[in-house]
Amino acid sequence: MNRILVIAEHDQGHLKLATFAAAGFAQKVCAAAGGTFDFLLLGSGLAAAAEGLRRSGAAAVLVADSTELTQPLADRCAQVIADTVRARAATLVVAATSTFSKDILPRAAALLDAGMLSDVIDVRREGDDLTFRRVMFAGNVIATVQLDGPIKCVAVRSAAFAAPAATEALSPVEAVAVDAAALPKFAEFISRETKVSARPDATEARIIVSGGRALKNAADFERLVGGLADQLGAAVGSSRALVDSGITPNSLQIGQTGKVVAPDLYFALGISGAIQHMAGMKDTKVIAAINKDPDAPIFEIADYGLVADVYEAVPELMQKLKT
Amino acid sequence: MKILVPLKRVPDPDTKIRLKADGSGIETDGVKFAVNPFDSIALEEALRQREKTGAAEIVVVTIGGEECAEQLRTGLAMGADRAILVKTTANPDSLAVAKVLAAVCRKEQPAFVIMGKQAIDDDSNQAGQMLAALLGLGQITFVSKLELTDGNRRARCSRETDAGIENLTISLPAVLTADLRLNEPRYVSLPGIMKAKKKPLEELTPESLGVSAASRTRVLKLERPAGRKAGVRVKTVDELIAKLRHEAKVL
Ligand SMILES: Cc1cc2nc3c(=O)[nH]c(=O)nc-3n(C[C@H](O)[C@H](O)[C@H](O)COP(=O)(O)OP(=O)(O)OC[C@H]3O[C@@H](n4cnc5c(N)ncnc54)[C@H](O)[C@@H]3O)c2cc1C
Ligand SMILES: Nc1ncnc2c1ncn2[C@@H]1O[C@H](COP(=O)(O)O)[C@@H](O)[C@H]1O
Repeated sequence: MNRILVIAEHDQGHLKLATFAAAGFAQKVCAAAGGTFDFLLLGSGLAAAAEGLRRSGAAAVLVADSTELTQPLADRCAQVIADTVRARAATLVVAATSTFSKDILPRAAALLDAGMLSDVIDVRREGDDLTFRRVMFAGNVIATVQLDGPIKCVAVRSAAFAAPAATEALSPVEAVAVDAAALPKFAEFISRETKVSARPDATEARIIVSGGRALKNAADFERLVGGLADQLGAAVGSSRALVDSGITPNSLQIGQTGKVVAPDLYFALGISGAIQHMAGMKDTKVIAAINKDPDAPIFEIADYGLVADVYEAVPELMQKLKT
Repeated sequence: MKILVPLKRVPDPDTKIRLKADGSGIETDGVKFAVNPFDSIALEEALRQREKTGAAEIVVVTIGGEECAEQLRTGLAMGADRAILVKTTANPDSLAVAKVLAAVCRKEQPAFVIMGKQAIDDDSNQAGQMLAALLGLGQITFVSKLELTDGNRRARCSRETDAGIENLTISLPAVLTADLRLNEPRYVSLPGIMKAKKKPLEELTPESLGVSAASRTRVLKLERPAGRKAGVRVKTVDELIAKLRHEAKVL
């Protein structure tokens, strides 16, 4: 019997959609091998977020609410997770892949002497055990793996699991006691430099318009990539090349070491298609690429490829999409 | 001040990964190996901090087979002072790596550890966070800027998150993991390579450190993902719009 703890992720109280994919993974495990799952929310001022988790089939929504957890600092959060796992005798800890879970979950795993798998895309029951599939080598290899030990930790790719259907019944909300004085406080938060954007987040969007080194400066990126995105209600993304040159913020990087996305439609505008970039977007349903080099590797995975200059094709595309 | 920098031997990021026919591992014949790119960035940062603060001893460490000495020599050629090879034929997962590194840290007592955020072969992104937990130390992951403060007793870091840049301070010792934009690693120079030959490379084993390198992860099989096939080329913007609207129905 699995007792699963799903770590819920939120941004200042706004739930991340990926959390529901993690719950979908938990449901899949329960369906295959039996068990129940709880959510664990960490932070402060979490009433609304907790409410948002009550219709997903969890046995309980556990809330660790403390002003000491206002910022998601790894040392504090991992401690609360490990304590909760012990108190609830959880056997499996799950989170959706993100910089939040990458920071915190491995730390919690080590506190629990638990093995951990990142980037899990499938799970099935094999005898008394669970067998997982995960992505490695920049998306070039899928490994089938098992984890030894009484507690297992996994971070799952949100695109690979469907959110649970909304339930009539509401999961009960339970407070988790946080001993604020006993939390480790190695790190202190100073500030966050977030560009407030009206655009959707790339991990939650149906369409992503992404730009590469073809875009010469931030103004061009905003006009062409941003402009097309706004017209389509899409998110923007970029290759590493533009982040490195300061044209786009790091939060836009798609790839092996950035965000992994799988929207319905991905526009690759002036992106060559390095394996590290493709690792982050090749599970997209439909890829449309515009590149002036007919031999660019992106055309090997694009459903629709147009050999053209983005400075000409994108304004034309924007113009003609209006009609 | 002593800085410990773990290095992992991985296939060069530009090589095409091929699998052994039986799916038991990747084909290593004819594959070029390199220091994990994020570890090179970590080592570069250690070297720059030494240049800034004056005195520091930089120790590079790797866990693996005899062949990993090559990557340690690269680290020494970049400017590290000495190297430790913890020899094992096991292919340790991140938790096992963290346990061995924790034992090395207890022996070496570094002022801080800086390492890559992620090994580009297993793409786990775990070992640094696990090491910090095992040592009971703080951690800052995805560091894109590092400044030592308070007479090297604290560090101020910027880190890259999904939402943007976050600024934190942390008490040392701690474990820091490097992201892409922390710096651009230097190339090894010929004099560097010559000097590296004379620098000490100590060999240890997990047993001599009193730990096990056994993994909790059991890899049963490796496969290639179902590949995408190339679609069609369209000649005009009109054609692209028509395809997206009427064939793919995504617009
Ligand atoms: C360890 C490691 C991790 C990495 N992680 C990532 C990652 O997460 N994400 C990522 O994206 N990269 C990552 N990279 C970098 C990756 O290898 C490539 O360098 C990067 O993706 C290239 O970006 P690009 O396609 O924008 O630039 P380029 O490769 O320079 O391609 C630019 C393309 O634009 C085309 N072009 C130029 N001008 C025009 C024009 N006017 N109109 C139309 N087309 C034009 C060119 O033909 C070319 O194909 C990583 C690399 C390493 C080593
Ligand atoms: N075998 C190893 N030897 C030394 N360092 C390692 C080893 N494996 C992983 N590391 C370090 O841990 C980091 C994260 O690795 P991983 O958790 O495997 O993604 C790497 O960037 C290395 O710095």
